[in-house]
Order: sequence, then structure tokens, then C-alpha cells
Amino acid sequence: MSTQQLLAVPAPLPAGGSARGGLRRADVIWGVAFVAPYVAIFLAFVVHPFAYALWLAREPALYAELLTDPLYLPTLVNTLLFVGLGVNVKMFLALLLSGFFLQRRWWIRALLAIFVLPWLIAAAQACVSFHWMLIDQRGLVDGLLAELFGIDGPLWLNDRSLAVGANTVAYVWKWLPFWTVIFLAARMTIPRDIYDAASIDGATGVRRFVHVTFPLLANLYLVCTLLSTLWTLGDFTTVYLVSAGAPAGHSHVLATLGYRYAFETGRPSLGVAAVMSVVPILIPMAIVLMRRFHASEARV
Amino acid sequence: MSVARRPRNRVRRMLIEAGSALLGLALLIWSLLPLYNMLLIALDPEEGEVEFAGNLWTPEPSLQSFVEVVTQDTRYLENFWQQFGNSLVIGLATTVLTLAIGSLASFAVSHLRLAKGPLLTDTALLSYAIPGSFLIVPYYRIVHAYGLADSLLGVVAAQVTFAVPFAVLILQLYARLIPSELDDAARVDGASPVQIYLRVYLPVMIPALAVVAVYALLLAWNDYLYQSVLLLPDNATFAMTQGNLFADTDAEWNAMMAAGIIYVLPPIVLLLTLRRHVAASLAMVSAGV
Repeated sequence: MSTQQLLAVPAPLPAGGSARGGLRRADVIWGVAFVAPYVAIFLAFVVHPFAYALWLAREPALYAELLTDPLYLPTLVNTLLFVGLGVNVKMFLALLLSGFFLQRRWWIRALLAIFVLPWLIAAAQACVSFHWMLIDQRGLVDGLLAELFGIDGPLWLNDRSLAVGANTVAYVWKWLPFWTVIFLAARMTIPRDIYDAASIDGATGVRRFVHVTFPLLANLYLVCTLLSTLWTLGDFTTVYLVSAGAPAGHSHVLATLGYRYAFETGRPSLGVAAVMSVVPILIPMAIVLMRRFHASEARV
Repeated sequence: MSVARRPRNRVRRMLIEAGSALLGLALLIWSLLPLYNMLLIALDPEEGEVEFAGNLWTPEPSLQSFVEVVTQDTRYLENFWQQFGNSLVIGLATTVLTLAIGSLASFAVSHLRLAKGPLLTDTALLSYAIPGSFLIVPYYRIVHAYGLADSLLGVVAAQVTFAVPFAVLILQLYARLIPSELDDAARVDGASPVQIYLRVYLPVMIPALAVVAVYALLLAWNDYLYQSVLLLPDNATFAMTQGNLFADTDAEWNAMMAAGIIYVLPPIVLLLTLRRHVAASLAMVSAGV
């Protein structure tokens, strides 16, 4: 049965008022059974590890030690740059490119198929490829620079800002297609009449984008940006495999520094404390995210 | 007046055309460069000629390294197919469990009205408040305590934990667009909740479930941290092998890159199969946010 057929089913009269009213006993039992796996996963693999993490990182001395660690504060700055630049550049480009890919021309559709490839290739392989493109002075990027412009390329991973930049570019490359597709889908639902009305009022090009398209997508844009910020803070693979923290641990982000403390220097509690130190910022972000999400629910 | 304006419009249109073409070319190079790099190294039969020489094209391209990977005839990749199988098992198990757990919870809330919808989406968003990789240390110990050490199931559990909240968000957004009169009608006919779930809910939700399936498989496919921390080398995935060796210039990188290219195939097949559903439901869902 297709969706259309199902949607065409006429609404019946509620039988005995039971359908909308209180739950039947059998429904409650089934409902509990249906939700049980979700609740179990949530308790066992979200609440339990989080509580455990709080317990592991409970000593104030750990945080004092972090502040005196020469890598911790630079790592915070790196994290801010990597997440702040990476997420916002990626989201803004995704929003703009979704307008480009909206055009119904054969070559743009073909290009979209190629453009989503970075999303489909596993992160580890993509990041290793970036690492090899940038390694020493013999990678593809420096090869291209020498061939095309006669420039001796820099040692990308020997300089802190170049290394953080390389991580950010690799991250944008990997995740730009996913969000472009999301915004593309959202733009496809904007009715043509809105644009037609706007063009009668003289809004075209940039003005149409600022006054028509963006206001319609603003809430989605904010929800996606917040969600992506939380996900990107947890991005371990990019930094671990593109720059690997080089030079000398100066391009780490919190996720990789925590890993380094825990698994490479044998200080699990310190590793947990390093990442838990930003949790006070994350909780308010999650709360804003919930509000924005429900703002859209109220609208429907 | 309109005669005077026409040439200017034509110039403008040509500029826009040229800009589009230029942007298209830039996007093509941007998207393909790291993949081209993989291909370049993979096609090099003599390991070391490309990746250390800054060459822009392989001097003597050959498919030899692909053959070596497929026949498992190269160092570090003796168990390539077992590792590929492990990745596939993790990916498919994550996908199936995410679909089942997410859809059951979403059905219970939106159709059996067990709890208020916001409660479910709030717990989902709350699970994203702490990024997954932040919990790797406690998770590592908990998995040992649960007896899932060095088991694919421990990795699957982690991936399902991260994928299910997204599934719940997408399914709840999509379910809002479906009139609840549908299952009221089925209920009048005397159908049980299980029958409504299987015969009404799941068929209607197929487009949203397709999005969830692609998301869950790619999440598991992209994972490196949980696999490398939770699994031992004898139970490895290819991502682990590659990640562990990535600074090792002596490893056979042509074969590694060839294996990486083979690894792109399963997600491509899945997305191609489901692309119509994915496009349709992403449009509906994003219109709801």
C-alpha cells in the first residue's frame, strides 16, 4: 500500500471514545515493552558511562593538574578553532552550496553524485589520505604546488597553525556533503510561489536569499549548527589521523588529548577530567537545542 | 528601453554561467583530490614511488595492489576479508538494531501515546550533550564489566547508542506528518499494537527508515576510535589496521589505499539502493524543523 493510499483513508469516528482518550491497559503493557530497549540502551550506555566519568574525574586536583599541563590550554584553543571554524565554515558553505545544487541541470546533478563521495568514504581512510597528501615535502599537495606554481610547499604538519588548519580542512571536506544534502532537501520544500511573490516585489539574488530563503531555514540552520557542534567536539578520528597532534602534541583537540592521557600515558582519570572540563558548556547547548527543536514542534 | 537592457542581461547571464562552471570545476577538484591521492598511490606497483616523490601521476600504473588485496597476498592485509567482514557485521548489526530500537520507541510514543513526544526527543538530544568519544574511558571499562571485551557486540552497542537518538529525532519528525487516524482506523478493526506496528506504521515510515539506515551504517563505517580501543588485533577491522600503521612508511601503502577504495563500495551500494526514499523523507523532515 502506498503512502498516498494510506493518507486517503477517511478518518473514522472514534469507537466509544477510546481511541483518543485514556490508554487501554494492553496498550500500556505493549508501550512499555516497545520503549524498553531504548530505555535500556540509554541507561546502560549513556547514563552509566556518564556517571562513571563523573566519578573518575571527581578529584579537584586533576583539574589543577590540567591547568599546569603545558598541552591543556593550547588544546582548548585548538578545540575552539577546530570546532568554531570547522562547524561554521562548513554550515555556511553547505547553505550556499545547497542553492547551487538546487538547479535542475544534468551536469549539476552529476556533480552532486561526486560531491557526496566524501560522506561515503570511511573517515579513517579519508583522514589517512589527507595525512599522506600533506606529509613531508613529498605529498600530493606540495607536488601540485611545485608543478603548478613553482612554489616549495611548507612542511604542513610541522607548524601548529598549519596543522590545525589541515585538520579543519579535512573535517570540512568529510562532512560538508552531509549538511549540504540536508539543506538541499529543506530548500526543495520551499514552495515556488513564495519565490514568485518575492520576485514580483523585486527580491532577487542576494536579497531573495537574505529576506526569503534564510528566514525560512533559520531554525533548521540553528538546530543543525548546534547538533554539529556537539558531534564535532567528539571528532577524534580527524585530528588523530590527519595531524596526529603534530608538531609535538600542539595540534591536539580535547578528544585526542583525553585519549593520549588515558591510553598513551596511562592516566585514565586525567584523560576523563580533560574532556569533562568542557561539559558545563555542553549542557546549556543541549538545552538550547531542545528548545529550538520544540519551537518547531509547536509550529506544526 | 527593453531593447537597451537586453545586451546587459545577456552579459549578466554569461557571467553567471561562467561562475557556475568555475564553481562546478572547483567543487569537482575539491571533492576528488583526496580520492585521487588514494588512487594514485594504489595504482603504483612499486610501493614508495608516488607517496614519497610528489609525483602527480603514477609512472607505471597497474592494478597489482588491488589483486594483492583481494588475494590477501600482502603484509598486514593477510586477513583483509575477515576484517572487511567484521566491518560489515558491525555496520549491518548497528543498522538493524538502530532501526528496530528507534522505531519501536518512536511508535510507542507517537502512536500508543505512552509518553509525551518531547520527553523522548529530549532524552535523545540529551544523549548528544556528551560527545561519544568523551566517554571512551568509562565505556571501555563498562564493556569489560558487561563481558563484551574484544567482542564486535561491544562496538555495535556503542554505535547503536550514538545512532538511536538520531533515529528517534528523524522518526518523530516524520511521524508528525502522518495522520494518527490511520491506526485509529486499524484499531477499530481490532488490530493489536504489534499488528499496527508491522502493517501500518513500518510501511508508512519506510522513507524515514531509509534515512536512518544510511545514517547508522555510515556512523559505524566511519568509526575508528571505538573499534581500535575495544577490539584486539586478532579481531580487527581494516580501519584499525590502517590507523595503527598510518605513520609507518614501510607498510605497503599502495595495497592499503587499494583496500581503502574497496571499502567505499558498501555505503555507495546502500545509498544508491535507497536514494529515492532518502531524498523524499529528508525533504519532509527538514521542512518540519
